Amino acid sequence: MSQFAINLLFVCGSFAIYIGIAIWSRAASTKEFYVAGGGVHPVVNGMATAADWMSAASFISMAGLIAAGGYANSTYLMGWTGGYVLLAMLLAPYLRKFGKFTVPQFIGDRFYSSSARMVAVICLILTSVTYVIGQMTGAGVAFSRFLEVSSNTGLIIAAIVVFFYAVLGGMKGITYTQVAQYVVLIIAYTIPAIFISLQLTGNPIPPLGLFSDHVASGTPLLAKLDSVVRELGFQDYTADVPNKLNMTLFTLSLMIGTAGLPHVIIRFFTVPKVADARWSAGWALVFIATLYLSAPAVAAMARLNLLNTIYPDGPQQAAIRYDDRPDWIKNWEATGLIKYEDKNGDGRIQSYNDVPAFKETASARGWEGNELTVNNDILVLANPEIANLPGWVVGLIAAGGLAAALSTAAGLLLAISSAVSHDVIKGWVKPDISDRGELLAARISMAVAIVVATWLGMNPPGFAAQVVALAFGIAAASIFPALMLGIFSKRVNSAGAVAGMLAGLISTLVYIFIYLGWFFIPGTANLANTPDNWLLGISPLSFGAVGAIINFAVALSVSAVTAPPPVEIQHLVESVRYPRGAGAASDH
Amino acid sequence: MNDNKNAEAYWRANLRLILGCLVVWALVSYGFAILLRPMLSGITVGGADLGFWFAQQGSILFFIALIFFYSWRMNKLDKQFGVHEE
Repeated sequence: MSQFAINLLFVCGSFAIYIGIAIWSRAASTKEFYVAGGGVHPVVNGMATAADWMSAASFISMAGLIAAGGYANSTYLMGWTGGYVLLAMLLAPYLRKFGKFTVPQFIGDRFYSSSARMVAVICLILTSVTYVIGQMTGAGVAFSRFLEVSSNTGLIIAAIVVFFYAVLGGMKGITYTQVAQYVVLIIAYTIPAIFISLQLTGNPIPPLGLFSDHVASGTPLLAKLDSVVRELGFQDYTADVPNKLNMTLFTLSLMIGTAGLPHVIIRFFTVPKVADARWSAGWALVFIATLYLSAPAVAAMARLNLLNTIYPDGPQQAAIRYDDRPDWIKNWEATGLIKYEDKNGDGRIQSYNDVPAFKETASARGWEGNELTVNNDILVLANPEIANLPGWVVGLIAAGGLAAALSTAAGLLLAISSAVSHDVIKGWVKPDISDRGELLAARISMAVAIVVATWLGMNPPGFAAQVVALAFGIAAASIFPALMLGIFSKRVNSAGAVAGMLAGLISTLVYIFIYLGWFFIPGTANLANTPDNWLLGISPLSFGAVGAIINFAVALSVSAVTAPPPVEIQHLVESVRYPRGAGAASDH
Repeated sequence: MNDNKNAEAYWRANLRLILGCLVVWALVSYGFAILLRPMLSGITVGGADLGFWFAQQGSILFFIALIFFYSWRMNKLDKQFGVHEE
C-alpha cells in the first residue's frame, strides 16, 4: 500500500469515528448544547479538556520551538501546564458552582452590569477568533502534506467535519469527539517518541530517555547535544537565560492566559459537582502532561537526529552531499518547509549558526553561509520519517495533527457561538426567546462562526504569527483578573471591574502594537522589536502578566473610591464560594 | 450567626490552603526552574542540571501533584464544614 493510501485510511477512519459520534450525540436542549447536559464524568471531562486545550501549536509547533531554543523555550512547557493549577484553585470550582452557561454571563451577573458582560464578550471573541485562525491553518498544512490536496480543499473538508458534530451536538457532540480525538492524538505523538527514544538511548520512556546516555557515543544525551551544537556555532542547548525577568513574565503570561481562556473554562461547566470540577482539572493535566513530558524529549532527540543526518561523521567532518540526502528531506523540500541553497558550491549541505562570532571558524572550513533552513513546525510531523519508522506511523501522525487542530477549533467555536447566542441574543437583544429559539440561534451562530473561521483560515491576516501572543495577552490581562476578583473580593464593584478590564486590555494591546505595528499593519511600529528597545527588557509577548497586574490595581483602586456592590451581589459571591447547592443550578 | 462563622472559617481554611499550594507552584517553576537555577547548577541530572530538569519535567509533575492534593484536601474540608454537595 502506498504512503498516500495509508494516510488516507487513517484520516478517513478517524473522521468516520467523529461523524459517528456526532449522529449518536445530538443535542436536544440548550443545556445539552452549552454544557453537554452537565453530567460529564470528571475523568472524561479531563480527557476532553486535554484535547480541547492541546492545539496544533502543542502538537505540531511546541517540540520544534523547544528544539530550536533549548532551555530558553521551557517557558512553553511550564506556562501551558502551570495555568491548570490556577484554574483548579482560583476559578473552576466557583464558576461551576455559579452554574450558568458562559463566562461573560458570570461577569455580567457578578458585576450587575450589561456593559461588563459586553466587554467580556468582546474579549472572548477577540481571544477565540485569533486562536481559531491558527487551528484552521494548522489543519490546512497537515492536509496538504499528507493527503496531497491543496490546503484550501483540506480546510473545507475539515470545516465540513467540524460542522457536522459541532452544529448537531454542540458541547455534547464536542465532548465525546474530543475524547476520541485525544486518544488519536496521544497515540500519534507517543509512538514515534518511544521509537526515537529507544533508538537514541535504549530507554523506551521518552522523559527518562532525555536524561539517559546516548547509545552511539556513550555520553549523556544532553551533553552530547550541547557539544554538537557548540561545534556549529549555536549556544549550548541547556544554556541559561540572562534575562530572567522576561522569562519569568513570559511564563506567567502563558499561565494566567491559559487559566483565562474561555473555551477551557466552559469545559468545567459540564461536570455534575464542584468537587468534580477540582478533580477534573487534575485529570486534564495528567492527560496533557502525557504529551508535555514527552515533548522536550522529542525536541532534543529530533534535533540531534537532524544534525547527525547532516553531519554523518560528526560536526567536525564534512557535511552530507546534497545528492545523498534522505527521502524525507526531498518530501519536505516539495512543501517549501525545508530549503537548501548551495552557497559555496561544494554540493554539500552545511547547516550552522550564521552569526559574526562564528564567521572565522566557518570561513576556515570553507563555508559561505548557512545553506539549510528548516521550518520548526515540521519536526514532529517529519519525526517518523527522520527516524525511519514504518509507513503506518506516518499515517498516524497525519490523523493526530488533524485531531489536535480540529478538537481545539471545535471548543473555540463553541465558546464563540455560545457567547453570541446566549450573551448577546438571549442576554441583550431578545431576552424572552424560547429554549427552542435559543437552540436554533446557537446552531446558526455556530454555523456562521465555522464559515468565518474557514474563510480566515484560507486568507490568514498578515499578523497570523503574532496571534498566539495576542490571544494569551488578552485572556491574561482582561478575563482572568475579572473572574478572580469576582470570586475572591466582595468589594470590587461594577465600575472597578469594567475600568480594570479596559485598562488591562488597552495597556496590553498598546504595548504589543508599539513593537509589532498598530493593528499589526506593517511599518506602523513605533520602536523596533528588539530586546534593547523593550521596557525593562520585557518583550511584547510577555506583557500579558503586566497587563493583568494593571487590571488588578485599577479594579481595586476604582472600587475603593466608589460605592460597594449591593447586598444581593455580596450574597452571590458567598454562594459561589460554598459548594452546597450546585446541583440545584443544574437539572439533575 | 453560627452558620456565618462556620462559613467564614471554611473560606479562610480554603485561602490558607491555596496560598500554601501557590508557594510550592511558584517555587518549582519560577524558583527552581528559572531564578534559582544558577544556584542549583552543581546538582547534575543526566547530562544537565537540576534546574533544567525542573524546567522540562519536574515542574509539570509537581503541578499535577498539587492539583490532586488540593482537591483531596478541599473535598475533606467541604465535609468537615458541612458545605459539601449531597
